[in-house]
Order: sequence, then structure tokens, then C-alpha cells
Amino acid sequence: MASGSEPVLEVRDLVKHFPLTQGILYKKQIGAIKAVDGVSFDLRKGETLGIVGESGCGKSTLAKVLMALEQPTSGSVRIGGRDISKARGGELKRMRRNIQMVMQDPYTSLNPRMTVGDIIGEPFEIHTDVAPKGDRRKKVQELLEVVGLNPDHINRYPHQFSGGQRQRIGIARGLALQPEVIVCDEPVSALDVSIQAQVINLLGRLQDEFGLAYIFIAHDLSVVRHISDRVGVMYLGKFVELGKDAEIYDRPAHPYTQALLSAVPVPDPEGREQRERIILQGDPPSPANPPSGCRFRTRCWKAQEICAKEEPLLQIRPGTAHMSACHFAETHDVVHAG
Amino acid sequence: MSNPTPLDGPGLEEGKTMVADAPAAPAPGREGRRRHAKKEAKPASLWTDAWHDLRRRPMFIISVIIILILLVMAVWPSLFTSIDPFDARTCDLSAARQGPGPGHLFGRDNLGCDLYARTIYGARNSIVIGVLTTVLTAIIGGLFGIFAGYRGGAIDTLASRITEVFFAIPSVLGALLIASTLRGKYNSILLVILALSVLGWPMVYRIMRAAVITAKSQDFVVAAKALGAGSGRIMFRHLLPNSLASVIVVATINLGTYIAAEAALSFLGVGVQSPDISWGLMIADARDRFITAPLPLVFPALFLSITVLAFIMMGDAVRDALDPKLR
Repeated sequence: MASGSEPVLEVRDLVKHFPLTQGILYKKQIGAIKAVDGVSFDLRKGETLGIVGESGCGKSTLAKVLMALEQPTSGSVRIGGRDISKARGGELKRMRRNIQMVMQDPYTSLNPRMTVGDIIGEPFEIHTDVAPKGDRRKKVQELLEVVGLNPDHINRYPHQFSGGQRQRIGIARGLALQPEVIVCDEPVSALDVSIQAQVINLLGRLQDEFGLAYIFIAHDLSVVRHISDRVGVMYLGKFVELGKDAEIYDRPAHPYTQALLSAVPVPDPEGREQRERIILQGDPPSPANPPSGCRFRTRCWKAQEICAKEEPLLQIRPGTAHMSACHFAETHDVVHAG
Repeated sequence: MSNPTPLDGPGLEEGKTMVADAPAAPAPGREGRRRHAKKEAKPASLWTDAWHDLRRRPMFIISVIIILILLVMAVWPSLFTSIDPFDARTCDLSAARQGPGPGHLFGRDNLGCDLYARTIYGARNSIVIGVLTTVLTAIIGGLFGIFAGYRGGAIDTLASRITEVFFAIPSVLGALLIASTLRGKYNSILLVILALSVLGWPMVYRIMRAAVITAKSQDFVVAAKALGAGSGRIMFRHLLPNSLASVIVVATINLGTYIAAEAALSFLGVGVQSPDISWGLMIADARDRFITAPLPLVFPALFLSITVLAFIMMGDAVRDALDPKLR
């Protein structure tokens, strides 16, 4: 689906630090949680960029900054060439039409006291010029149909639907303004495995139908692989590896990616015995005080002196076809090893 | 009831596991569903649905009938009794504290006046004070609460410190101060409402603020922001309906407290004064001789209780109707 067209979303050196303050009356800044610390990528029309990483690596903060729900500390998020993080008022509101989101928890992301019609119709009420008043109800019913729900259920309330159906309602709301980009922040992690596949397939079908570009955030590697064209692996606020899904999954170059992939469950008992397991030592360091140089060095089995001194940049390295941030990058097929 | 299931949508091609996603809604055939099916074409919203629901709740209907009767009593008391309690000739001191009998349904009070007529005529002042104070505190406290809770930060800190000042004032003493300072300038009923409202709104404020803070951290508020919703829409479309329940409960319970507080103020010399009539005043007057003559206290107290009960029942019904999960 990915074509060589103009990028719809350009993210450059995005940084989001949350200040840590001390004191009651006079708040002194004593440090910062470096939730997102220099992330850059492009997203093309109709493309899906998967973002994976363990809890607390800054995935959700990245999503919030992309959605202009949080102000970045520095860096830019350009949608259609304009920086959404600097937009205000009416301009920001107009720009929001191009980037929408699907949230993680379908149980809290829908207002329990609004009917489905009101929830999906809210985008039209906020952006009044998208659809004339008389057409809105019909549009909402069309959207319900698009996401595979019965349009007659427009007057029902969220609690009358199952988790998967609610997530479809959330997707319909995101689609209403016909955005170019949809940020999916763990859209299936709150759902049953059987329902996950349906929602993923729905997202895939909608992408083909409307030419949507997705930022797909998840911690489930197999789900990300299924839907993504490219995958970015995040560790402590930075991308450590970014490349096509096949490159990342079959030829991972960064030790962290290799460790992550080695933890993916293998449904074959035979293969399970044979493959290599990389078990990382210790916990991720605090994002308030990340290690010098390479952030992964404290848990890396390849770490040398240079790793503490010099920060490895995200770039294409010898022997690999995609970008990775490791001084000792080396492709190594973990999944099919053995 | 031949609604197509969601499976008829284009989602069908997605796979065989679709069945797992079948409608979780209540089984067809239930009354609520039938109503939805009939009105499918009409747009529904929380408020119209709540109204449809309320009209079929016996508790709501009974409480509204009681409240309507009380309101008619407050506006046209002469419809209920031919005796004018303000006419001294209807009182007979020699028959003071006489029990119920012909012509005097509830008997007579300490001054020999007809208790029934006085109770009927007392409704106006008591209900006006109770209802207006409740409405005023709910509006002031509710608006401040929703604003401070949503905005947070300095505005919230400032508003919360101000309410703490009000909380520190003992309510009867404070009301006495306000009412006696402004006495003579305004109508005494208005003064009581004003004094009770000034001291009553911080309680509603606190409850509203706490409920809003809980509601605003939920994802649907984030989703609304991501859509570009303004503060007004978030506060009144999203936060208010999700925070109203506890405010309704507290406000309706407070209604009785305000009617009783009016009695305390009357007793202290501000507020409604004889020969004017209010239930609070009647209760205060009858208190001293309660052991020998309980009826002059029992009847106004009974009316007061029925009023409070009716408003609490109505509040409960409205609260339940505004929660789609309870319908």
C-alpha cells in the first residue's frame, strides 16, 4: 500500500520532557522525565508505521504529542507541511481534521451518557462545515455501516455493546472527519484475542478503502507485524531501530530488537525448543536519568566502552539495509534461529 | 423487531469469528428495546431518552404529583381552606390546643388558631425558601465546581480556598450576620434565601468539583479534545452529565435542611416573623408544648417531611434516568 508519494506526517527531532518539580509555593525544576527524546520519522499516504516497545518507553506520550494533546518540548510535527504543535485556535482545529486517534480502552473512551449517534456525530458538531445539519444523521449511519455495525443501533448507548463493537464505534468517530492519519494507541490490547483480529482486519480494510495512514502503537509484536509496512522500535524515548516490517522481524540489527523478538511466543512446540532466547538483565533505567551514550548499554551484552561515551545515531549501518542505533549493529534472525 | 444484526454490515467478510462480536445489547422483546425499535428514526439524546424514561417511572410520577399539589397550595392556598389564618377573628384563645374536630381538621394551635389553615398557608414561604435556595446553591456551586474542577491549577486553588473560608463560618451564625446586616433593605424571605445560599453553595461546589475531576481524567474527554472540542463543549456535554448524579442527591437532601434552617433563623429574630406563617416558624412555636400538645408540631413537620421526600424521590428518579445503564 505504501507508495513513494509525499509524506503526510513528518516528525522531526520530537522531544517531550515532563518537568519534575519540588517545592510548594516556588516550584523548582529538579529534573525531567525524558518521555520522548528525539524521534524523527515520515509517514506516507496509505502507509502504516508500527511502533513497539515495552511499557514506559514513551509510545503513548509520542501519540499524545502527535495529536497535539501535549505540547512538545522541542521538535516539530508537520501534517501536510504545517506544524500542528505550533498551531493555535482555529488553525489547530482545522488541522485536527487530518489527524485523529483510536484509543486503547473502548470502555472509557466513549462517553457513557451519549448515544452512539451523538458520539459519532460529535465531530460534525464541532466541525460544522464538514456536513450540513440535515445530513449528519445519515452520515453517522453510513459510518456505522462502514465499521460493520448496524446503522439502526444509532440510538443505543455504549454499554449496550461489546468491547469489540465499542472499539468499532471509536474507529467510526475517528473516521468521521476523513483524516489522512489515524493514530492508533494500542487499539486492540484491551480486547479478546478473537476480537483483536476482527478489529485489525477492519483497520486494514478501511486503510485500503480511504487511503489512511496509520501510526499503530502496540506492545504485541505479532499484531504490529500483521498490519505494519514499517516498524519503529522504541526504547527509553528513542527509536533504536526503524525499517520495513520484514527487515525488522527477519533481520533485526539492534540487540534490543533481537531480545524483544526472542520473547515472542512461538506456537510450535518443536520450534520453541530450538530457538534462541535472549533474556535481558535488570529493569529499564529511569527516563529521568537515562544512561550516557547508548541508552540500552546497561542491559546489553555487546556493550563496550564506546557505548557509554558516544551515543549511537539512528542510521543505516554496514551490513544492514535499514536504520538502527547501535555501534555494533549486526543482523541476526532471532525468530527463525535454531 | 426484525432488525438486521450487525453481521449484515460489510464487516461480514472479515471472517468467521464475527459471531463472537454479536450484539451484547439486551435481548429483543424487552420493553425498552421495543421503544427503541419504534422510534429508531428519531434522533435520541441523553435528555430526551431520560424524559421518555421518567414518564414511565411511578416514583417520578408520584413525586411530581405531590410537588404540583404543594405548588398549587403555595400559590393559591385559599383553594384548600376557607379560613383565613391572617384574620385574628378566626382564632379563639379559649379553644387553644383543641384537638381535631369538625371545622378544624387538624385542631387548633397555642393561640387557638386553625392549624390546618396555617399549615396550608405556611407552604408558600417554606417552599419558596427551600426550592429557591436549592436552585441557587446548585447553580452557583455547580458552575464554580465544574469550572474549577476542569481548569484546575491556580483557578482551582483560589476557588477552593475561598470555599474553605465559607466552610469555616458556622452556618446559623453566618446567616444571622448576613440577614441582620441587610435587614430592612430587602424582603425578609429574600434575605433568608440570600443568607442560606451564600453559605450553602460551597458544599455543592465541592461535590461538583470532585465529580468533575474524576470525570475529566477519562479517555472520552481526551477523545473530545482530540476532535477539537472547546472547553464549553467538554464541560457541558461531557463533564456535566457525568457529574450531575451526586449533586442532584445532595441538593435534594439539602432542600429540607434549608426549610428547617429558615425556622432557626426565624427563631433568632431574622427571616419570617409572625404574623407571617411558615412551617419552620410553626414548628419553632409548637416546640415548647410538644409533650402536652404534639399536633401543632406534628402537622407542619409532616408537611415538611412530605415535601422533602417528594423532592428526594424526584431527584433520585432524575438521577437514575440520566444513567443509561440503569434504564
